[in-house]
Amino acid sequence: MGSELLLFYAFGAIAIVASLLVIAQKNPIYSVLLLIASFGALSGLYVLLEAPFVAVIQIIVYAGAIMVLFLFVVMLLNAPHEDTEHDLHLHPLLRGGPLRFGAALAVALIVELGWALTKDGGEAGAFPGGAVTSVSAIGRSLFTDYAFAFEVTSILILVAMVGAVVLARREPGTK
Amino acid sequence: MPDLNQYLVLSAILFGIGTAGVFLRRNSITVLLSIEIMLNAVNLTFVAFGRALGSADGQIIVFFVMTVAAAEAAVGLAIVIGLFRHRESLNPDVFTTLKW
Repeated sequence: MGSELLLFYAFGAIAIVASLLVIAQKNPIYSVLLLIASFGALSGLYVLLEAPFVAVIQIIVYAGAIMVLFLFVVMLLNAPHEDTEHDLHLHPLLRGGPLRFGAALAVALIVELGWALTKDGGEAGAFPGGAVTSVSAIGRSLFTDYAFAFEVTSILILVAMVGAVVLARREPGTK
Repeated sequence: MPDLNQYLVLSAILFGIGTAGVFLRRNSITVLLSIEIMLNAVNLTFVAFGRALGSADGQIIVFFVMTVAAAEAAVGLAIVIGLFRHRESLNPDVFTTLKW
């Protein structure tokens, strides 16, 4: 077993366990912190995939900016814990029909995944050599082929910023 | 060295965890976090396929997905703050009316 495979399994295990714990936690603060750990493991996977640019922006933008925004909101709201016994009566997915339907969908997903993995004849094997790793190549493609999408993205960010300010603003007159 | 299939399986597992989180949790912030898990699973798929095809397109699309995720987080959290002010709750089942 090569060291890359070992690292893949290590990072993959961290990502899966941390993500599972994210949705298992009662306290949103722990969820956010565990999600940062999951993003760190994913960043390691990007390094294994020879995509250092994505690995770096995963840490800076996702773990650094977006998760801090989540953490800020969680602390701002001083959010109450989930009310579990209240949930048990109210939760729509715990009724008989949706429960059985969801279980059937989950079984279908597992069967399909197993079928896709055991079916032989797939060409997708080892990665070829010659990955695009340089930031300059990515940047050249971003500002030539994808220039229009890049500019549209800036408008999207502006709209999101204005929208967030308007939505989170207190109504004038209310305290 | 891990191959494409292993990355795709890992991505599928992460996406499944995110989906389960969206449906099972009754906390708006955790639901948004689960959506982030799903977006990251898709990002992993993009980068793995970009690596397999030997092009930079996969990494560029990840860049755009991150931008959209940032916008979604900003607007989503603003909505959560607004809802919390009105109802003092984060449980999405409480928000059953569009206007009050």
